Amino acid sequence: MSFLQLSTHSTYDLLRHLADSWGLAIMALVFVGLCLWPFRPGGRTASRDAALSIFEDDTNDA
Amino acid sequence: MDSVLPRTGLWLGALFFAVIATALAADIGFAVHMVICALAALIGLIVTVRGWDPAAVVRPVDTGRYDDDLIRLGVIATVFWGMAGFLAGLYIALEMAFPQFNLGLQWINFGRLRPLHTSAVIFAFGGNALIATSFYVVQRTCRTRLALPGLAKFVFWGYQLFIVLAATGYLMGITQGKEYAEPEWYVDLWLTVVWVAYLAVFVGTLLKRSEPHIYVANWFYLSFILTVAMLHLVNNVNVPVSFFGSRSYPLFGGVQGALVQWWYGHNAVGFFLTAGFLAMMYYFVPKQAERPVYSYRLSIIHFWALIFLYIWAGPHHLHYTALPDWAQTLGMVFSVMLWMPSWGGMINGLMTLNGAWDKIRTDPILRMMVLALAFYGMSTFEGPMMSIKSVNSLSHYTDWTIGHVHSGALGWNGMITFSCLYYLAPRLWGRERLYSLRMVNWHFWLATLGIVFYTAAMWVAGITQGLMWREYGPDGYLVNSFADTVAALHPMYALRVLGGLLYLSGATVMAINITRTILGHYRSEAPMHSAAFDPARDVPLAPATAN
Repeated sequence: MSFLQLSTHSTYDLLRHLADSWGLAIMALVFVGLCLWPFRPGGRTASRDAALSIFEDDTNDA
Repeated sequence: MDSVLPRTGLWLGALFFAVIATALAADIGFAVHMVICALAALIGLIVTVRGWDPAAVVRPVDTGRYDDDLIRLGVIATVFWGMAGFLAGLYIALEMAFPQFNLGLQWINFGRLRPLHTSAVIFAFGGNALIATSFYVVQRTCRTRLALPGLAKFVFWGYQLFIVLAATGYLMGITQGKEYAEPEWYVDLWLTVVWVAYLAVFVGTLLKRSEPHIYVANWFYLSFILTVAMLHLVNNVNVPVSFFGSRSYPLFGGVQGALVQWWYGHNAVGFFLTAGFLAMMYYFVPKQAERPVYSYRLSIIHFWALIFLYIWAGPHHLHYTALPDWAQTLGMVFSVMLWMPSWGGMINGLMTLNGAWDKIRTDPILRMMVLALAFYGMSTFEGPMMSIKSVNSLSHYTDWTIGHVHSGALGWNGMITFSCLYYLAPRLWGRERLYSLRMVNWHFWLATLGIVFYTAAMWVAGITQGLMWREYGPDGYLVNSFADTVAALHPMYALRVLGGLLYLSGATVMAINITRTILGHYRSEAPMHSAAFDPARDVPLAPATAN
């Protein structure tokens, strides 16, 4: 507990401050980045291949 | 064969431990549970020594590319626990409408049977469906056999033991009193071990895949397994009173405890009942429709949006309580935002049928999937709406919530699971087709009618209840006593029983259909749709006369 008490007030203040500033910004950026990833160059082909991949090798014949 | 001796020793050790724990038990419930554990260890011991393979009873010879033994057992377990859970639900609905059904027995009163019902349908029926389908999907999309087959067996049988311990505990009054987290500390510890093994099997299979891309259904399965592990560990931080007793107390108290509980509770809905079943949707709907998912990119956005938004929605269960106001608002805002990815996912599933909509006329399994998606859409619209504080002030603590939950559980989780079972049964037992497609059609309509009766009755009951509770007279006093509202709801409770009966009837038709499919019977029946040949109409269109 003590190692977190860098804030002038309390752990709660520190975490709360982190949550609605840097924490929020980083989470939002990571989220946007992950959502944009399928739209990278070549993403269309990769997505199509992935969507079609379930139609191969699905039977249990050796 | 050389591994029989250490395994026998392990079973013997477990048996001795359970017997000693029974002798030292601080209360009767713990003793009964340790006897159950001892019996489980004894069965394991006999099976090991005799070299039996329980899966061999229910399989054709399987030396194929994929390891389907446990999936066959999982299909049977899903049907069995589903029937048990629906029956318990029908019985407690009867108790609500007609309290005589309590029979004056403490073991079957509403308070004890209710968690048995919820755990049976969510964890036993839903959980077995998730484990079985995840093992099926991960092998096929990774084109490899299941990793750690011995551990996978432990996952399946260990999970069944968890269900039996939880259910018998509720009947004896052993509970933590936390919704959907009722099992006591030692059952929680057992589930933790089983769940870590499940994670190891799943991740192990992903690691040995011979396909570069991990198909999106596996993302949903993995997020379900990981998140449930995290939720389970945090919400069950309890201190047992005795190491040989069934009672424990939580470390979190007061409003913190309430917030942790509903962080758990809502994400159990979000990751167990949503992410896991969406994984089933993203594999089985395209397979049954024989078309790729409408937009693979949308499925990825759906995934990340669910992950990033769902985890914050829990506080909407604590509106107008001691929880700080900003936390309630946060829960409400994230719940409303969840509407978008949910509908994105629903549209993605439904639009997979783009260009093949005629199939819902001829294929009742696909029709079931479409209905499941429609209910996913409806309940993920209703949920965000109910999380808005002003709506919640009317709906909270009323039967509207029960209606909402059942439109999601019966409509979305139930229907998508049934359709997956119908997809799996003929394939797993090497049958040409199901025993009867017409019985699937009967199941579809019985279940659909049942849901309509159930949810409509609960909407009316809930809004009636909410309005009666808040009604003030001109003198400034509440108009209705609580008993007045109970009397007013009686007809709705009776209608709910009818809805439950219809749903259970549909599931019974399914149990017969799947059993006969496993036995290799085929019902000779007229096809679902036939276009009779009419020679008079079988003529080419008259060409347009050229002038």
